Amino acid sequence: MGTVLHDLLTGMQSALAPAGPNAAAIASLTWIMFVGGGLIFVFVMSFLAWALWSERRGWFAGRGIVIAGGIVFPLVTLSALLVFGLLLARDIVARPSDGALTIAVTGEQFWWRVRYVGNDGRDVDTANEIHVPVGEPVKLVLTTADVIHSLWIPTLAGKLDMIPGETNTLVFQADRPGVYRGQCTEYCGAAHALMAFDVVAHPADAFAAWLEGQARPAADPGIPFISRGRELFLAAGCGACHAVRGTPADGRLGPDLTHIGSRRTIAAGSFPNNKGTLAGWIASSQHLKPNNRMPDFNVFAGEELRAIAAYLESLK
Amino acid sequence: MNIQASQGPDARAEELPNEAPRPDDEFAQLKRIWDPPRGIHFITVVNNTYVGLFYIGTAFLFFVLAGILALLMRSQLAVPQAGLIAQGTYNQLFTMHGTVMMFLFAVPAVEAMGVYLLPNMQAARDLPFPRLSAYAFWAYFFGGIAFFCTLFFGVAPDGGWFMYPPLTSTQYSPGINADFWLLGIGFIEISAIAGAIEIVVGVLRTRAPGMSLDRMPVYCWAMLVFAGLIIFAFPAIILGTLLLEIERAFGWPFFIAEKGGSPLLWQHLFWFFGHPEVYIIFLPAAGMVSMIVPTIAGSPLVAHRLVVLALIATGFISFGVWVHHMFTTGIPQLSLSFFSAASMAVSVPSGIQVFAWIATIARGRVMLTTPALFVIGFLFIFTLGGLTGVMVGMVPFDWQAHDTYFVVAHFHYVLIGGMVFPLFAAFYYWTPHTSRRPLSERLGRWVFGLIFAGVNVAFFPMHITGLMGMPRRVYTYPAGMGWDWLNLVSTVGAFLVAAGVALFLIDLLRNFRPSPDNAGNVWNAGTLEWLPSGDYANRSIPIVRTHYPLWDQPRLAEDVEAGRYYLPGAPTGGRETIVTSPVHAEPQYVVQMPGPGWAPVLAAFFTAAFFLLLTVKLVWPALACGVLAVGFVLRWLWDTDPGRTPPVDIGGGLTLPTYVTGPMSHAWWAMIVLLLVAGTLFVCLLFSYFFLWTVNPRGWFAAPLPDLVWPAGAAILYGLGSVMIVVAGRTLWRPWTSRLALAAAVPLLVCALGIDINAHLQSGLRPQDTSYGAVVAMFLSLQGFYVGTLIVMAFYTLARSFAGKLDQVRRGTFDNTMLLWHFATAQGLAGIAVVQFFPRLVGE
Repeated sequence: MGTVLHDLLTGMQSALAPAGPNAAAIASLTWIMFVGGGLIFVFVMSFLAWALWSERRGWFAGRGIVIAGGIVFPLVTLSALLVFGLLLARDIVARPSDGALTIAVTGEQFWWRVRYVGNDGRDVDTANEIHVPVGEPVKLVLTTADVIHSLWIPTLAGKLDMIPGETNTLVFQADRPGVYRGQCTEYCGAAHALMAFDVVAHPADAFAAWLEGQARPAADPGIPFISRGRELFLAAGCGACHAVRGTPADGRLGPDLTHIGSRRTIAAGSFPNNKGTLAGWIASSQHLKPNNRMPDFNVFAGEELRAIAAYLESLK
Repeated sequence: MNIQASQGPDARAEELPNEAPRPDDEFAQLKRIWDPPRGIHFITVVNNTYVGLFYIGTAFLFFVLAGILALLMRSQLAVPQAGLIAQGTYNQLFTMHGTVMMFLFAVPAVEAMGVYLLPNMQAARDLPFPRLSAYAFWAYFFGGIAFFCTLFFGVAPDGGWFMYPPLTSTQYSPGINADFWLLGIGFIEISAIAGAIEIVVGVLRTRAPGMSLDRMPVYCWAMLVFAGLIIFAFPAIILGTLLLEIERAFGWPFFIAEKGGSPLLWQHLFWFFGHPEVYIIFLPAAGMVSMIVPTIAGSPLVAHRLVVLALIATGFISFGVWVHHMFTTGIPQLSLSFFSAASMAVSVPSGIQVFAWIATIARGRVMLTTPALFVIGFLFIFTLGGLTGVMVGMVPFDWQAHDTYFVVAHFHYVLIGGMVFPLFAAFYYWTPHTSRRPLSERLGRWVFGLIFAGVNVAFFPMHITGLMGMPRRVYTYPAGMGWDWLNLVSTVGAFLVAAGVALFLIDLLRNFRPSPDNAGNVWNAGTLEWLPSGDYANRSIPIVRTHYPLWDQPRLAEDVEAGRYYLPGAPTGGRETIVTSPVHAEPQYVVQMPGPGWAPVLAAFFTAAFFLLLTVKLVWPALACGVLAVGFVLRWLWDTDPGRTPPVDIGGGLTLPTYVTGPMSHAWWAMIVLLLVAGTLFVCLLFSYFFLWTVNPRGWFAAPLPDLVWPAGAAILYGLGSVMIVVAGRTLWRPWTSRLALAAAVPLLVCALGIDINAHLQSGLRPQDTSYGAVVAMFLSLQGFYVGTLIVMAFYTLARSFAGKLDQVRRGTFDNTMLLWHFATAQGLAGIAVVQFFPRLVGE
């Protein structure tokens, strides 16, 4: 019980462990409704127990209690709650976003394309990880490349759908640095369960450094083993779907891998990111995440696979 | 109120319409007429008690099957990263669990209870259209079983029970799984609409004399509102499934954004049906609770009128809340506010009912029998589910809770609390009405204890799991999120529920013995279904003066049994019951009803076969089955509309006609109900047209409009067709004039549609290219459906005329054809008006 409560209040995907003003406002509303709802539940059940067993239950036996408990009480409490909730909703939706950092997030079966829209016209692509600065509003522009998805980062904000033909905007703010997990919450097909992502909130200067790093093309590998990995990567045609800026690989179908080595997870939050998981993913992605769009590349010798994985891991 | 008790036996005798003892052979004849058929022919039975039992049994079978699917899912989710069930299978499991529970269990189960209970509660001998009930049941039975079996072949739908496009469009779901869902829902739609017609006419026209609306049991009110919800909510899903299947089969892009369609159109149509659907399930259950509570408390329901008002209010408000399923789609704040307020408002009528039940309990003295335990469990679980319902009705909270396990917890509390617990209470409460032995009170306590504990253990932790971030519809989850223990506990709870249901099945096996020789009024209840009864229902049909006739008229059962009330025999020599006026329940006529027959069963079989064969793309066999289905329907109709027979004496100096036509007849009422369904379907299509226009305010009208002369010509031909029908109706006494007028109307109708279609084709309308083309083509297609139906009906009506079964008196068949004809004319004109004038009005 203790651990459940602890996880509820601190979990990296818990709506009741808010790390920003949107989620915090909703969390307060949640607690108010929990306590209020709990009290009403206890009252109603007490009435029921009284009606069943008390010798003086005659008090409850008339129309009066029906009108008082069934009409007057809910009308008063629900009206108050409604006004409170709608004002709260307005505040959340009307959060100012002028000049906010704008990030375009596109849902795809079954991962997230993330694009930082640069002021200078230079966009920076990444995937499955959204880095934000703390203490300032961030605007996510949400679209989908295929079916309906829904982006949800419980510790920061409520969810918002990504619908074909529509563009939705989610404005939120992270108050303190940390890693916040999010997940797709609209059933989007076979591997819907394995479509997560991380939001990483940095202090402003660290964020600026991160973004600058992401904008750079991939560094040339210095070690022969890693160079071999790069050659194999390019020779196997990985570049048909993936881009590694600074190399001939410029595919657009799959995630941009220019800095994949810097990400915390692979396969949209499904596995930790290291040489072992990268190698496993390349060889048998269909086993690890069935029906994702990447076929198995089970054609490499062990040594070759390790070289490619090492290359990808080096893309910091 | 209690007039009977204050007067002597002589006064009572004076008020009774018939004298006892009755003639010797009268009762034997009544029994013989209502006997169910024997042997293999038993499956052609149409008595509401037998069809009702088949129906309830089948619905319960699907409850058990869908429950087993839930156990499989809970086993997979017991621990993180389990490998018990593969992703694809899991997606089929949750899709089928939701679909089967909603469409094959919940709706049919409450409808089945209505088929079983309503005539008994109203002392009618049967529902007004017994063969329609049988047809609805068998279509559901054949179709439902075949639909469920898709799981065993791995082709079960896997798009979720809500089937959102574009995930369910051919691009992302190329297999036939999604088609099975869409066509599988087809026969559920048919059986629901058939049931609604039956129930509206049954409740409003076949109540016992004197059972005015004011004295009608709450359950009958609940079923009336239930039927109303089906009439106005189901057309949305009928249209939705039609559009999606047509998009899948022919590529008409209703929901494809690139071609001007909108995935949100589906969501609106689905939830415009989907939220009233919750009340379609809940209101009948609430009605049952309102019958059980007075009995277990031994006291009339407190605030009877408020409870009735609450049912009606729920019905209305339920149409204003559908968007609360779409709070996260990014629609404007103003709409959110309206739908949030409506979602709050709908809890008021539920509050009224909960407090009315508590007040009734307080007024009496409750014995904690098994039905009472289930009612108390219902109040506990449903109240909790209602409170979390208020929470998710709050827009900002819903942004967090939507599509997480919190919502899974919420709606299982509402649906299990609000429907399954009342249903179990009803099983224990009404079993003595149908079975020689009541169910076991000892086992019943265990059944209740296990299910009550199991539901709370399974679903309460899910509130927390959801707020901790666990989404719905995931086949696995990572460890270390804090979800592990909660999921394990939920799984244990699910198996506790299963143990309770298994114990209930054992109780059924040991004690459930359906028999006309039933256990009787073991609870000392006050309503009419507890009168002594047999296959013929009650020996005579009582006069009702209060809400609880058995409590207020102590000798009622005896007098009914002795045949002292109305219609103690079968004066027409066939099955019949009294039709009464809708408000005051004054006897109007005696309706002659058909008995058992193979036609409804075979029509249902071929209807199901039609849909299933169409799904697997065997078009010609499907069409053959469709023709056979229509053929058997016509075969069964051929025996109806019996024509004028002599009036009969039902007692008390009342001599009633045995055949009426026109607005007083039950057949006319049924047709009007059907037209309400058809009209709502058309309104939903109009909504789709305007919605797609608002999505693409510029340049939506993709094809130039035809020259106005063509639609004007079509409109005139539609009008002339209806004029011909009026002429045919006025000249029924001159058969050849009438036949010629009717025959002339057919080509007018066909040409009207043909001109309209041709004009659009000439002006370059391409349904595959744009959502505009698709929706305009849909207007024409829907109109085409009615034109096709009317051709069949016109030839059928002509056939009856030639067979000597149609004249100025015997005109029921003609009247129904006429009503549909005028409807089709009106719809055709309205369609032309919108399609032709709206684009000109907005200046494109």
